[in-house]
Amino acid sequence: MNSPNGGRREFLFQVTGAAGAAWIGAQWPAIVAAAQHAHKVAANTPGKFEAFTSEQARQVEAVASQIIPTDDAPGAREAGVVYFIDRALTTFASNTKAVYEKGLARLNQLTSTKYPGVKSFADATPEQQEQVLVEFTKKSDGAEGRLRIGPDESDDFFETVRMHTIFGFLADPSAGGNKDYAGWKTIGRDPAFAFSPPFGYYDKNYPGWEAVRAELEKK
Amino acid sequence: MTQARVKYKPSDEVDFVIVGSGAAGGVLAKELSANGFRVVVLEQGPYLTAQDFSHDEVKVFVQHQLTNDSKLQPTTFRKTAEQKARVQPSVMYGRCVGGSSVHFTANFWRFHEIDFVERSRVGEIPGANFTDWPIGYNDLEPYYTKVEWEVGVSGLAGASPFDPPRSKPYPMPPLPVKGSGVVFERAAWKLGYHPFPAPMAILSQPRPGRDSCVACGFCLGFGCEVGAKSSSLSAMIPIAEATGRCEIRPNSYVHRIVVDKNGRASGVEYFDAKRNTQIQKAKAVLVCANGAETPRLLLLSSCSQFPNGLANSSGMVGKNLMPNSGTMAFGVFDEPLNDYKGFAVSRVLHDFYELDHEKVGFYGGGGLDARFDFTPAAFAMSGLPPGTPRWGKEYKKALRQNFTRTLEIFCHATSLPVESNSFSLDPEVKDAWGLPALRMTFRDHPNDLKMMAWMKDRAMEILDAAGAKAKWHAPVEEQEFAVHLLGTCRMGNDAKSSVINTDHRTHDVPNLFLCDGSSLVTSGRGQPTMTIQALAFRAADRIRELAKRGEIRG
Repeated sequence: MNSPNGGRREFLFQVTGAAGAAWIGAQWPAIVAAAQHAHKVAANTPGKFEAFTSEQARQVEAVASQIIPTDDAPGAREAGVVYFIDRALTTFASNTKAVYEKGLARLNQLTSTKYPGVKSFADATPEQQEQVLVEFTKKSDGAEGRLRIGPDESDDFFETVRMHTIFGFLADPSAGGNKDYAGWKTIGRDPAFAFSPPFGYYDKNYPGWEAVRAELEKK
Repeated sequence: MTQARVKYKPSDEVDFVIVGSGAAGGVLAKELSANGFRVVVLEQGPYLTAQDFSHDEVKVFVQHQLTNDSKLQPTTFRKTAEQKARVQPSVMYGRCVGGSSVHFTANFWRFHEIDFVERSRVGEIPGANFTDWPIGYNDLEPYYTKVEWEVGVSGLAGASPFDPPRSKPYPMPPLPVKGSGVVFERAAWKLGYHPFPAPMAILSQPRPGRDSCVACGFCLGFGCEVGAKSSSLSAMIPIAEATGRCEIRPNSYVHRIVVDKNGRASGVEYFDAKRNTQIQKAKAVLVCANGAETPRLLLLSSCSQFPNGLANSSGMVGKNLMPNSGTMAFGVFDEPLNDYKGFAVSRVLHDFYELDHEKVGFYGGGGLDARFDFTPAAFAMSGLPPGTPRWGKEYKKALRQNFTRTLEIFCHATSLPVESNSFSLDPEVKDAWGLPALRMTFRDHPNDLKMMAWMKDRAMEILDAAGAKAKWHAPVEEQEFAVHLLGTCRMGNDAKSSVINTDHRTHDVPNLFLCDGSSLVTSGRGQPTMTIQALAFRAADRIRELAKRGEIRG
């Protein structure tokens, strides 16, 4: 193993907190290398849209913000989900571009029918948007509760946006969303790359398996 | 591994060509090359290394960076042979150097004595093609120990009163306990069970060239960036390559075993990265392509001498598929477990490993473990209780509340071998290379569904005893998707009812060997990789012995 240098040590404390050192100490050069690799990949900052027009982007962002709204913590908007989706449509989800185009048209139509005078989904108030989506998704809900390892593909507009919003909010920032780990911080996931015990409330002060068993046998 | 890697020409007749670089292929490559043989390993997927791995759920779950992609290699599914199969993703396996051992969770239990002799103990089960192994636990024990020490398994010997005898302790202590482990352990002890530190193929102490686990939380589905997961890629392939006698050739999709006029294998035909056809010549062929692709390759290799597929005189190639039964129960707790940190599992119990079938009314058994194997986006897709709103304020609230407070009890258990549960070639659907697609025919034996329901009830009781404030379970239902691909070219002494003998040699072709999940005769209780690797170490010894005696060519 290499000997420590200042920068690495500082980084180690940043990722583990001061307490972690004993268990994790032996392998920190590897952590540093891997985490730095992750950060390098994550460096792409959202810029212009490639797949969407700015108007489409405005509509998609409004839908994503209904799926994961902003409250006292960041939502889809703050996590840059629309940039993730834009990138998705030029890469792994390029086959869903038409789904978005058709879906947005239907959504805008439903909005104007329900709220005459409101030009598009994004122009409606958040409360109106919620009502539009409640109606819009009546048909598409239903497959809840099934456990899957990965997302299913779907021609369904809402399911597609939902999946993309979730991944844009919570996938590692190297995928292009989850800006500054906004999604992870919101759900309580520490963005650190490596951890050491205790991990949470219940394993604090754990005396060890043998000790717990011995104590139990005494009783 | 700075030394130049050896390259063979396809026209060089090497000693062994190995199809597949996963749990078994990696072990055989290492063992045979380290013993002086010239080896080529053909892997259909790419050669990725730690540098290519990341925590990107899009790459892993959506783009299938490490696994088979049903767009390129569609599979079809039907429940019974009377039905026409429809296109549907039905299997998942690793498709990169290291195979499924790269992305797996790394639970590493040994099989117990009972797994090898259960048919004799239990008797016949209607509808099942249930039989004893031709080898027993004692034959494999030295090789289980070898796996633990050579690939690197952490655990605590003697911690489970149900463990089979062992000749040596684990080479390193168990990984630290997680919150899920503490909660599960307390509840299990309260109920009179015997929880113990989970044996995991993840390093708790560093080894040369590999670091110990940094608890990043990205195990299931992901490649390990620090080499702590004891995949073939980190533990076996580097040693094989360092011998200077083993070439790992990625992006090589084998689709035919070439047989000469004497009925012996002379090499394998494959598509290279540019989809050109190549033939790698070899003195013997070892197929370690997994329990789906191994039988598929044998069936694809049918020829005038072997019209029903190669090595298939028994008709058992592709049959008796056992995916292991499994079900899940979930609990939400008051305080943060933060179980996303770490690795998947820290505690397991084997009190139900060997149930009294007369008492419970079904055959089988299994293990329960406490885990959290959701990465963040995967959790948001499928980790919340049924009935939770799927979008909006309440959805977000549930994510914020539950992500750090949820644990899962996973029940892993037996599946019975049923002859009609099988892999075969789809008569219509083709893959992107024009080859017949894999067709899966599967319906759980009713016994296995009964058992899963029983195991699920035990898991729910543990959640109650643990004080979960909310709990639910996955539906117990017929499976249509297999990850553990077991039993499809089973081992046996009788050439009429099995595909390979105890040397892993096919009964029909003397220089063709099969070793992977397909070799298994029974399913074990749900964690097959340990046994697949023990078989591979043993097979390497058997094959070396045959080679020494000049008997490989038959």
